[in-house]
Amino acid sequence: MVMIFSSLRLTADHPLPFQQTAVFERELCKMYHKEKSIQIKNSASALYNNLSVLRIAPRRLTYFTVVHANVVNMVSASWDGLNYSHRQLQSKEPNVATSTSLIMQVAFCVLPSRDLLVVTSQKGIQIYESDGSIMVYWHALDTSDAPTAQAVFARGISAVWDNYICVGVSSGAILVFDVPSKGSNITLSEVLEEHKEPITDIASECSGSQECIADLVSADDGGNLCVWKSGKEFQLLNKIPGFDMSCSSVKLWKGIVVAGYGTGQIHLFEAVTGILHAEVNAHARWIYSLDIAPFSGLLLSAAEDSLVRVWHLTVTPETNSVEVAHLHNECVTDTQICGAKFCDGDGYAFAVTGYDLSEIIRYTQL
Amino acid sequence: MSVKTLPLVFINLGGEMLYILDQRLRATSTSEDNSEKVMNDIVGTLFSKTFMDELLKPQQLYSHRTLKTVLTRLAHASIMRLNPASMDRLYELTIMAFKYQVFRCPRPKDLLLISYSHIDTIRELVKDTSVVVNQVDETHRKIIEVYSSLSEGEFQLLRQTLLIFFQDMHVRVSLFLKNQIQNPDGRFALPTSGPVPHGIVVPGLIRVFDSKGREVRRSEFPAGGSYSSPVREGSFELHGDRVISLGMNMYVLGGTVHSMFSLQQTYGTPNPLAKEELNLLACLIGSLKAENMPRAEYGFRINLFTTDQEEEEEADGTSDGAEESMFGVINIQAMQDEQSAAELARITGQFAEEEEQHENPSGNKGDDLLAMMDDL
Repeated sequence: MVMIFSSLRLTADHPLPFQQTAVFERELCKMYHKEKSIQIKNSASALYNNLSVLRIAPRRLTYFTVVHANVVNMVSASWDGLNYSHRQLQSKEPNVATSTSLIMQVAFCVLPSRDLLVVTSQKGIQIYESDGSIMVYWHALDTSDAPTAQAVFARGISAVWDNYICVGVSSGAILVFDVPSKGSNITLSEVLEEHKEPITDIASECSGSQECIADLVSADDGGNLCVWKSGKEFQLLNKIPGFDMSCSSVKLWKGIVVAGYGTGQIHLFEAVTGILHAEVNAHARWIYSLDIAPFSGLLLSAAEDSLVRVWHLTVTPETNSVEVAHLHNECVTDTQICGAKFCDGDGYAFAVTGYDLSEIIRYTQL
Repeated sequence: MSVKTLPLVFINLGGEMLYILDQRLRATSTSEDNSEKVMNDIVGTLFSKTFMDELLKPQQLYSHRTLKTVLTRLAHASIMRLNPASMDRLYELTIMAFKYQVFRCPRPKDLLLISYSHIDTIRELVKDTSVVVNQVDETHRKIIEVYSSLSEGEFQLLRQTLLIFFQDMHVRVSLFLKNQIQNPDGRFALPTSGPVPHGIVVPGLIRVFDSKGREVRRSEFPAGGSYSSPVREGSFELHGDRVISLGMNMYVLGGTVHSMFSLQQTYGTPNPLAKEELNLLACLIGSLKAENMPRAEYGFRINLFTTDQEEEEEADGTSDGAEESMFGVINIQAMQDEQSAAELARITGQFAEEEEQHENPSGNKGDDLLAMMDDL
């Protein structure tokens, strides 16, 4: 048990939020414990980043979405644990009865004015109100100019700044949608063509309030990363080349790109310069999901090796240094994990999905 | 998703099917001549240029229903006849075996090693017939040519497509349960120990660098498993040691092919794109044309898993087995009977007559197949 914290150095320069300090003061024991799982209508499919979470504090609810083939399973869970309601969304073109296609990813996009739910599939991109009740926008993928030998799909979703939603495509392009503060007049504002391989994941930070140099990062199947500054015209700030291994999940926090790869490794880069700050041999199989709790700097990693790990990141701009400390492991027996997300900005709780598993497993700090 | 799944699907499912058939032919003391003929006919059809060329066209993965139809046709490209209950069980066994291999595949790229393992064993099964061996070699070369240049990301997409296809299938197979690769609830075991895949580093190390790229600190963390260094990489050539054991014949070491079914399997709601898929199927079956199929003087029935009596009961629908067949493939068997043994024709003479009346000589293959599917 002592080993769990052997690599963590606590000093006055690295304050931790209250909950974690409390843990260290107690006898060293597990940091999180398992809660009651949420049952979902179908099992989760083996897709990268296959869990999205939206916390709605005013209504004391949390939404979860999990993809099963051509269906999105949505669960709304009340914080008191007493009420669960389910909804299923199919990926379909509007007004076309028989078209359904496999969904690649679903994600909540939080903008200052509104929350939306984005569904990306082989046929196109659907945008719904965050409760999944109404579809407000449909964008069909252009299959005509893709060589038929390649699969066509959309994958990689992120809200950025005040009013943009970015979605990646299998050609490597990133579609930038301009979202009004209400209504369905969403328009395609720009197409960013920098990646040459299918986009795997997109992430952002600093939406709305803060000013950041870089506020968007995109990753592709070759492990290449592009760092952008959003605006009427997006600016490419940096390209970090890959090493021929897919980057399946990426996050951006305090100017640091955190990238998870098919080799089971996590790399931390300074976004604007591309300097490699740290390398973690984190998992024995392909990483499927990363998440960061922005207020505490906790990092969650999950992979096909059935393990979920919690880390702590510390960024010190003055010395331009980054620290990574391992805090906790959870093993979901015999399960290839496909989604893992914190349920709140402090990382007090997190949720996990696995291939062929019809439940969302939850853990909270002790 | 991936448009490159079909060749690998048929090589692997076909391979598993052949392993089981080989074992059953031996166990039921079928004559060596007959056994050899069955193997040669099925392998020759599976690895024929026309069939493989059809599969190699970029296209989405078929539904279970379509896949099973084509595999049935493949099995019946020989002089052997399987009744519907046997075919159902054979399909589920091969699917579960392949699901296990895809699930446990160390790296997505190792799907190729698994496929090549199947091809290696298939080559052994037909080694006395050089014409068929040549076909296998030709197809193997073609697969190497097409798949060697795929990136790891593309292989993972292919693997994810297959995993979606196998989703929610938890048929328990006693050989798997016995070897503890499957749990009593039908889920496969995933150990957190053993060698890591080739190209992956054993987890446990954190390294921190300065802005010049020099390592300034390293620390270890508990990985929570007992992993060891990777073993050597398998060979992706025409011949060679594949190293990983997935895809090898599990049945030769005395494992019996007897399966237990405790969960009702559903293959999902009917596919609204059935017609489009059936047109693809028509092209595929068209490449398995009558001229590829042997004109047999006689054929033989094989009981794959149960006694004759039990199989008859199932065909009559008097046991639970019949309910588990979701496809009602009885009509398919009737179509097969046109080309089949005199012995079988005598028994099913009345079906053959009805079938001739069904045929519309000017209709196209798609409509025939649709009519067939509608009758199911």
